[in-house]
Amino acid sequence: MKLKKPLLMICTLALVVMLAACGSKGTEGDSNASGTTTDNKAAELSGSILAVGSTALQPLVEQAAQKFMAESQYSKIQVQVQGGGSGTGLTQVSGGQADIGNSDVFAEEKLKDEAKDLVDHQVAVVAMAAVTNPDVGVDNLTKQQLVDIFTGKVTNWKELGGKDEAIVIVNRPSSSGTRKTFEKYALGTKTEDLKGSIQEDSSGTVKKIISESPGAIGYLALSYLDDKVKAVKYEGVEATVENVTSGKYPVWAYEHMYTKGEPKAHVKAFLDYIASDAVQNGDVVELGYIPVSKMEVKRDADGNISK
Amino acid sequence: MKAIDERPVQAQPAPAKRLKKHHAEDLVGRSYTSICVALLIVIIISIVYFVASKGLATFIRDGVSLGDFLFGTTWDPEGNQGEPVFGVLPFIFGSFATSLLAALIASPLSICASLFMTEIVPGWGKKLLQPVIELLAGIPSVVYGFIGLTVVVPFLRDVFPGQGIGIAAGALVLSVMILPTITSVAVDALSSLPRGLKESSFALGATRWQTISRVILPTVLPSILTGIVLGMARAFGEALAVQMVIGNAPHIPRSLFESASTLTSVITLDMGNTVMGTVHSNALWSMALALMFMTFIFVVIVRLLERRHRI
Repeated sequence: MKLKKPLLMICTLALVVMLAACGSKGTEGDSNASGTTTDNKAAELSGSILAVGSTALQPLVEQAAQKFMAESQYSKIQVQVQGGGSGTGLTQVSGGQADIGNSDVFAEEKLKDEAKDLVDHQVAVVAMAAVTNPDVGVDNLTKQQLVDIFTGKVTNWKELGGKDEAIVIVNRPSSSGTRKTFEKYALGTKTEDLKGSIQEDSSGTVKKIISESPGAIGYLALSYLDDKVKAVKYEGVEATVENVTSGKYPVWAYEHMYTKGEPKAHVKAFLDYIASDAVQNGDVVELGYIPVSKMEVKRDADGNISK
Repeated sequence: MKAIDERPVQAQPAPAKRLKKHHAEDLVGRSYTSICVALLIVIIISIVYFVASKGLATFIRDGVSLGDFLFGTTWDPEGNQGEPVFGVLPFIFGSFATSLLAALIASPLSICASLFMTEIVPGWGKKLLQPVIELLAGIPSVVYGFIGLTVVVPFLRDVFPGQGIGIAAGALVLSVMILPTITSVAVDALSSLPRGLKESSFALGATRWQTISRVILPTVLPSILTGIVLGMARAFGEALAVQMVIGNAPHIPRSLFESASTLTSVITLDMGNTVMGTVHSNALWSMALALMFMTFIFVVIVRLLERRHRI
């Protein structure tokens, strides 16, 4: 006991000092932010914004929200960003629980009548590439070859000019927006869940499994690509930002932020902020998305492409 | 002198006053507990109601037949092959296979660990093992999942045919997760054993192993079974770690090393992507209802085992 008490006190003291240090750091940041406040006419905008949905879009919205709230004229607006998936985002925005519903797919693809009330704000484009384990020895796949792989017609890389190795499909769950995009624009057909295929929803896990399993194939957003996995050309076209924006490479989808009806002033301010050049050419590019403004082609909910 | 005279007066107020104070305290305490219990009951009832109302909508409103749901082997909720089909038998199979296998792996280890702590080396053995096993209970399941994905899956892939992903990997990860549950229940049972039982066995000339295998283990068996059932219930409900290593293909696998899925893994994978109120989402709630029903069954089994133990 005699020894324990001083020890306890020292621990407590250390903790207090640490906490105090943290606290002072926090307030320092705060005072910095509020120090630059130059209250102008936009400062009357206030309120809170709840953005829920797509985990693929979450990093961008989160980073944009941080910067948005740090801007002096928007300091009275609180933005809260949550994940939960595209379905959750669309449900909550059309139910009125959230101000913004983030989605990887057009609302028309998930919702029926409720989609009419929603206003689409396209904030970025995400392109996907078919990705294999580096050892399979194939670097170009045609649309038909991909269809054969994902429908189970072809089960060995040998048949596609690669190594003699069984194909392991790493898929997304059938409800996933990423899978919908891949099926719609790369395969052109829906696929069933094959026996023995692996399904994961998180891009990190998908990448880990593909990089470690011999003969594995899956698909990932461009921001997840590195040399641990091999991005395969699609019909001879490499998945690059230039090829996507020029319309040569078709496997991409918009990232949507839906509002129910026209957004209120403070929600609109946030959406405008994300659409601003600073964010579009800064954070959007930095986080691996493609700015909407750069797209030379447009696409509607039915998949029709126009210049 | 004065101080001594005053003391009893201060320490003991008039009996009537004291009684009144006690009554008041009693009332406060009682009403506080009652409010908490009432709140708890309300919460439980609302959870059961919520899951049941969503889960039953699949059958009542969307017209999926219960038989097709429970015994169908095709899971195609998006209707990729025509009409949407909701057969959850592969997931029920996966859940049972992983949790039974996990209990099978974990039980011997847990029983040995608890015997070690109580009968063989009760001194330092308990001091060393107990905190270590309690530590296992505190590790977040995502960490187990990640370890499973980086250590267990590559190991299984190298040793056995297949991708290493599957029921075997899920069961191995789960067995470590349910070790603490089974062990702590077994330790409690073993240490609450009457001393006379063991001593009379020794007095009859039995060795330590004879005592353990013929007297101690049969006596505490119901309690150990309770622990195993509790462990299985935990394994049944575990979602995250299993989802990472099991593969999640909606089929009944042909081997332990082929991608399979459990009820929980499918719910967590799909729930965020589906829109509330659609058939797909309701089907997931029906699976949650099935899970809840299974937990009820596990609780009933535990109750029955306890009753047997009491006699």
